[in-house]
Amino acid sequence: MSKRLEGKVALVTGGTTGIGAATVARLSAEGAKVWFTGSKEEAAAALMAETGAVFRKHRVQDASAWGPLIDELLATEGRLDIAFANAGTESGDASIEDVSIEGWDGVVAVNQTGVMLTVQHAIKAMKRNPGGPAGSIIINSSMNATRPLGNYVTYSVTKAAVCALAKSAAVHCGQRGYRIRVNAILPGVVETPLIQQIMNAQPDPAAARAMYEGMAPLGRMAQLNEVAGLVAYLSSDEAGFISGAEYAIDGATTAGMMGV
Amino acid sequence: MELTAQRLKGRVAFVSGGLRGIGLACAVRFLAEGAEVVLSDLDAEDSDTARATMEQLGQPASYICANVAREEDWARAAALVQERHGKCHVLVNNAGTDLTGPVEEITLESWRRIMSINVDGVFLGTKHFVPMMAACGGEFRGGASIINVSSIMGLVGMNEVSAYNASKGAVRLFTKGIAIEFAQKKMPIRANSLHPGFVETPLLKAGFQRWVDQGFAEKPDDLVAGVVGATPIGRLAQPDELAAAAFFLASEDSSYMTGAELVIDGGWTAQ
Repeated sequence: MSKRLEGKVALVTGGTTGIGAATVARLSAEGAKVWFTGSKEEAAAALMAETGAVFRKHRVQDASAWGPLIDELLATEGRLDIAFANAGTESGDASIEDVSIEGWDGVVAVNQTGVMLTVQHAIKAMKRNPGGPAGSIIINSSMNATRPLGNYVTYSVTKAAVCALAKSAAVHCGQRGYRIRVNAILPGVVETPLIQQIMNAQPDPAAARAMYEGMAPLGRMAQLNEVAGLVAYLSSDEAGFISGAEYAIDGATTAGMMGV
Repeated sequence: MELTAQRLKGRVAFVSGGLRGIGLACAVRFLAEGAEVVLSDLDAEDSDTARATMEQLGQPASYICANVAREEDWARAAALVQERHGKCHVLVNNAGTDLTGPVEEITLESWRRIMSINVDGVFLGTKHFVPMMAACGGEFRGGASIINVSSIMGLVGMNEVSAYNASKGAVRLFTKGIAIEFAQKKMPIRANSLHPGFVETPLLKAGFQRWVDQGFAEKPDDLVAGVVGATPIGRLAQPDELAAAAFFLASEDSSYMTGAELVIDGGWTAQ
């Protein structure tokens, strides 16, 4: 059990920090050979040294760079079994009243077009696997897919869009007879370096932390390795009948009302 | 990060409906992961099925004959687990039954029967095991775990399945309710629901045979072919695939998951 992903090759986008980096570490620990992409080269170097994973600088929304990336991965590793479409952003986002077209387009490019390109190219690669088309693709959506944020309209909309994308791709792969599964995960508030930065920048960091922790009935934020644990399960053959699903990992945040 | 081979070592698990299908697969998996397991089902303790299954499972598994619809049986089951193990970390409310037919022909008696097994059974199991689970849940990261077996029929409706739909829908929302309740009270118990699609179990075979008897199809294999054809993954699920999800929910890996619904249906409800 401890090496459930032995012999598998994985690709993680946005893998240099946060959930992506934790997943690179977890998949590597379970025996997978992991390639990860992103733009933070310094963070990537440390992660490569720690895990033995391979880093390629790449922006998910850069359509023309996807072909060469996948070709190189397949030429080196010979297969692709797992893809985690993780890269995401809320940079430039705002409310429906305030969002600029540049802000909207920028978030859509990464969160929606970038995920589409990741899934599309992962399927292309997985179709060429030696044993026939097979693999597991996991999309990192958000609980805000079902509970949209007023101050982040594009983020919320794109996170909902990729849930539909997961289902459409899952149904397509099934109909084509590919053994390729596609699922979405919907994390609640995760204690990422970004969230830590935001909390620490507040006048009262402790109050900011309490606010984030209080969003979930569980009374705390998710830790990075908890999200990575779910990704590892969905990546493994143990999840062989799971496709087109949306898995919330949010400490009961979207399970209902907290009440009084 | 430590990824040991036996990831439920030191845990005690109770599985209702444990002698066959998904329940049995859960027992097998939990034992393989190092847990101590107590099963319940309707078969008498000295029945051939119970004896043969327990012999196959070996130690440290034990069996109690208990009807999930009867509160006194749950009280007896909880007392037995308390006496034998002193604690319980994992509860799988798996026992269930089905009922199909046109709504205007469902008798109140048969409606009440399915509700008593599928809904009362989950409620009573939770009620009687929660004190024990709250007391020991803090021993492991992520706490104790209640795993309620609902169905995709608890998410979407189906022709002539209304009573089963209602019962499994109740399990789905009961699970979310207790998940929020435990979390807000800082009780170390998580609760999640499983939503299997069509799984190759004795219950499925019996249900398909009944549909054949009612003239819906010529033979059970025709119904299997129909289901497989409508499932994007193109096959039925095996019980051990549901056990793998139950194991995930029982383990520390799902420590932030509570109030969630895990659909395992080969893409059926994604279409």
